[in-house]
Amino acid sequence: MIWNEKMETMDLNELKNIQSERLAGIVKYVYDNCPAYAKKLSKEGISTADIVTIDDLKKIPFTIKEDLRDNYPFGLFSQEVKQIKEIHVSSGTTGNPTVVGYTKDDLKLWSEVMARVIACAGGVPGDMIQIAYGYGLFTGGLGFHYGAQEMGLTVIPCSSGQTKRQLKIMTDFKPRILACTPSYSLYMAEEAREMGLNTKASSWKVGIFGAEPWSEAMRKEIEATWDLDATDVFGLSEIIGPGVAQECLQKKGLHIFSDVFYPEIIDPKTGQEAKPGQPGELVITTLTKQGIPLLRYKTRDIVSINYEKCACGRTSPRISKIQGRTDDMIIVRGINVFPSQIEHVLLGIEGTQPHYQLVVDRKTGELDELEVMVEVDEKIFSDEVKKLRALEEKIRDEIESVLGVLVKVKLVEPKTIQRSEGKAKRVVDKRTL
Amino acid sequence: MKITQISIFLENRKGRLFDVCSLLGQKKINIRALNIAETEEFGILRIVVDKPAEAVKALKENGFVAHLTDIVAVEVADQPGGLADILKILNENNVNVEYMYGFVERSADKALLVFRFDDPDRAISVLNSNKIKIIGSKDIGGL
Repeated sequence: MIWNEKMETMDLNELKNIQSERLAGIVKYVYDNCPAYAKKLSKEGISTADIVTIDDLKKIPFTIKEDLRDNYPFGLFSQEVKQIKEIHVSSGTTGNPTVVGYTKDDLKLWSEVMARVIACAGGVPGDMIQIAYGYGLFTGGLGFHYGAQEMGLTVIPCSSGQTKRQLKIMTDFKPRILACTPSYSLYMAEEAREMGLNTKASSWKVGIFGAEPWSEAMRKEIEATWDLDATDVFGLSEIIGPGVAQECLQKKGLHIFSDVFYPEIIDPKTGQEAKPGQPGELVITTLTKQGIPLLRYKTRDIVSINYEKCACGRTSPRISKIQGRTDDMIIVRGINVFPSQIEHVLLGIEGTQPHYQLVVDRKTGELDELEVMVEVDEKIFSDEVKKLRALEEKIRDEIESVLGVLVKVKLVEPKTIQRSEGKAKRVVDKRTL
Repeated sequence: MKITQISIFLENRKGRLFDVCSLLGQKKINIRALNIAETEEFGILRIVVDKPAEAVKALKENGFVAHLTDIVAVEVADQPGGLADILKILNENNVNVEYMYGFVERSADKALLVFRFDDPDRAISVLNSNKIKIIGSKDIGGL
């Protein structure tokens, strides 16, 4: 089913009028309500009168992740904090995390787009959904929760982890929809086999997988393992969380809800519009959000876009699966990790050098493992094992408290970390997705 | 009466111990005592050599992380209960042993052990007052 038939199947020319109207409205709104944004816009000589149609969007400067960091925690909010009903937090590049706030209407918007997501994947009112994304500061769990409630589904808010219990709930309650990271679905399969369960006989028929990059090969594997339709969901907390775009059962790109999240694809180097169909950085303008509306937000995700009408009946343009990043962010077990965050932690620990390397690996049927290799030097070396162990533990604990990811710390001999052209190669990703 | 131990950080990689030993061999440095503390990922090689300053210089020049630590070498009667007698004295005086190991060579009826104490000075005074023979670095060179 199509949840919002009107918006999702609207003629694109007609939609353009709505987008234009909404853009003019949101620019005026941030001008009037967010001093930091007003300053940013007036610095570029832009007044609200300059923004009439969606084509005027190009005049507006980009917003980047650092803008959120520089205005930490609430400086880019366009509403007083007491009007904010919910706050979510994701990783920042260094130091402060990225903070987003939702007004009552934003939560309604989130529920609406997440209902579109679930419907687009094949869910219908009356279905039962098992939500195995993390609940909490991460947007995954609650985003699905709100959308499922909006749609009238029976929600099982499992959150992530406790795999045996997840499988027992699936076996006993028979939910038709599963929402989790793609790698977790394969991890659960491994556990299920160990428990003697027949994965093909599972009750899950619809899978909504996201929060990390995955490939067509992985889709085939998940579908064959669980006998379900595996679809891709895209989102980022800065925009709303999950609910920015979703694949339909054609599985030929993710429909982006462009009536509320207006997409542009740019050449990340020049900032100019990429040629149609060519991959580039996805830039999104939130057209109706109130708590923290963002104008031309650079997502750093590389995608291409397709404006052709889809066989499913939706006109909303389709973005490709994420093809890469413009930065060195990696996603480990669904959590965004910037190497700079690790560097920051190491610099904060006395004696450690910022010579480190991250090795990400995923063994078949297992979850991602992140190994942090740290070079040992005179200052931190000790003749006692317990002191080196304590150092490893300290680094591990600090990283866990900053990133929320448990890593493995490995001390290595000096100058063993590869340096290419004088600059260290920070990330080795061994995963085959 | 302390002697100098060199500790070296080694990753658990093939050939690393050989690399250290062959380097010291080339420099005509003799290893008198040796011990390895190992974990899954790394090891700490601890050695007593005849020319510690030269050894450390050579190791650092070759990219190893090496440390000098004061340890205490003690002569122990090479007979049942010989080590126990010394540990008893240390125990009674609350001297904490971080780790210990034996020398490569030994004389007729005595064994040589090296101790890493958390407080070597106090350990030495306890050992001295109990008339336990401590071996100095001069003796090591001449062994």
